[in-house]
Amino acid sequence: MEEQKITKDMFQVKGRSITEMETISRPSLSFWSDAWRRLRKNKAAFLGLCIIVVYALLAIFAPMFSHYTMSEMDPKSMNALPSLQHWFGADATGRDQWVRVWMGARVSLTIGLCAATINMCIGAVLGGLCGYYGGKLDMIVMRIVDVLYGIPSLIITILVMVVLGTGVTTLIVAMCIVGWISSCRFVRGEVYRLKGQDFVLAAKVLGVSDFVIIMRHIIPNIMGLLVTNLCLAIPNAIFQEAFLSYIGLGISPPNCSWGVLAKEGIKMLRVAPHEVLIPAFFICTTMLALTMLGDGLRDAVDPRLRGTE
Amino acid sequence: MGKYIVKRVLAAVITLWVLITAVFFLVRLMPGEPFTNPKLTPEIQANLEEYYGFNKPLIVQYGQYIGNLLRGDFGYSMKYTNKTVNYIIGQTFPFSADLGIRALVTAISFGLILGIISARNRGKGIDIFCVFIAIIGTSMPDFIVGATLQYFFGMKWGLLPVAQYKGFAYTILPTCSLAFYTLASVSRIMRSSMLEVVQQDYIKTARSKGLSEMRITARHQIRNAIMPVITMMGPTVAATLTGTFVIESIYAIPGMGKYYVESVTNNDYALVLGMTVFYGMFLVLCNLIVDILYGLVDPRVRVGGK
Repeated sequence: MEEQKITKDMFQVKGRSITEMETISRPSLSFWSDAWRRLRKNKAAFLGLCIIVVYALLAIFAPMFSHYTMSEMDPKSMNALPSLQHWFGADATGRDQWVRVWMGARVSLTIGLCAATINMCIGAVLGGLCGYYGGKLDMIVMRIVDVLYGIPSLIITILVMVVLGTGVTTLIVAMCIVGWISSCRFVRGEVYRLKGQDFVLAAKVLGVSDFVIIMRHIIPNIMGLLVTNLCLAIPNAIFQEAFLSYIGLGISPPNCSWGVLAKEGIKMLRVAPHEVLIPAFFICTTMLALTMLGDGLRDAVDPRLRGTE
Repeated sequence: MGKYIVKRVLAAVITLWVLITAVFFLVRLMPGEPFTNPKLTPEIQANLEEYYGFNKPLIVQYGQYIGNLLRGDFGYSMKYTNKTVNYIIGQTFPFSADLGIRALVTAISFGLILGIISARNRGKGIDIFCVFIAIIGTSMPDFIVGATLQYFFGMKWGLLPVAQYKGFAYTILPTCSLAFYTLASVSRIMRSSMLEVVQQDYIKTARSKGLSEMRITARHQIRNAIMPVITMMGPTVAATLTGTFVIESIYAIPGMGKYYVESVTNNDYALVLGMTVFYGMFLVLCNLIVDILYGLVDPRVRVGGK
């Protein structure tokens, strides 16, 4: 029997080809665009995002387009109810509440954002270093954290405010002195966990330097959680600002914040309840929006956590 | 377990010492002086400073203060002359503590119940209602809750007394205002932790053994799900008790909060220090109890440390 030679050219590829199989037909999604896609699907989180954007825009532009100013008093419209002239009414000295609410929003939102961001940065750097390198630094920082954690942060903040005086900057500084602790704890734990993962080990074996491992492998992995925590820390900062302003240690009179407005409104509760209810409404909806956005972000960046809270 | 407790107690003592030291020196940095009455002649001022020991070096004052503190003596107030700080605290603390404890008990019990109910009925109407309450609660600062409740229940509808603290009816509004936030966060945490526990294998095992739903919830779910609630108890107690500051001022309750805020603005060193240390002591003690409780409940803590 004659042996038949089987050669390559006797075969013909029908249909599939290797190159076709390996081409990626859909656009590849980066981590963030994937997260964004999931976030948009989450109605509550998206609503929260919209509320925040609207408030931020109003805080920037609303005072500019009003013919009232923040401190202009009008004896004729003392405690005026909301009307066409004064959209949110006027306060006890006849100042327009619409303008004051949005000027207050500027202060409250700025403080919330700045304090939360600074706290997060300090916490992330310290926590990251502790988690990654461990050793003596870790021990020292963790002892400090343990001690500070036991002290009610509000007491220290109050005392720092008393020492430094009132004002937006001092308020942020005072909040930052004790505010970094929780983010430090959480970042440390997270970095410590990632450090033990195989991809970090692989990078180490390949001789990648610590700096590159941190920048390229660890930070991208905790970024999502950092953003989420930032979002959830902002309401806390706004809460604290409102509290401090309420007991008279926050923003001093010519300026105002939502906390100050609520405080002044409470004095007029009997006569003009709208003066406290309006700022209260904005404080609450901002908190609500940020919390919903934060929860949504957590689900978006780490779908495994969905539905656990 | 003994070793664990000793470690916790030691940590609490160090925390307290740091707190006292920090507050002692921070208070001295406060702008202004306690004796600023223009009527005072320099001699009287010097006498006063001598009397309170302000002319001595700071470090000596610090040593004396710690010494007195160890004997339980907080010194004299500088504004309310002839009153010791101990006396003022003794007069005001019962009100604050009463309010705080009422609020905590309300918040924790109702929070747990809401959380459990809502987790057991996941996705149903009652769950949505509970989650809604929790969200509202966590997004309202306590002074706003206080003012709103006062306005509607006290003024508009006249159902409950508006202010002061003279009987059970008077305590309802302040307690509710103070408890609302904590209640909401407890129920949120309890709900999520219950939902997590449901998926665990031991619940499946319990179910396959044929235990009744009631028994599974009571013996297996709640006992395991309550851990995160206990962990957050320390900060929660702190938040509730500091919240009394504001609630006291809204409802005109003669508690510690009013004196604390006043003493801060008056530069009353001794009173600020005394009250802060007292407050701190109280909170550190709460944290310590929570830690030890945690060790008792969770066997892993006892053995493995953190």
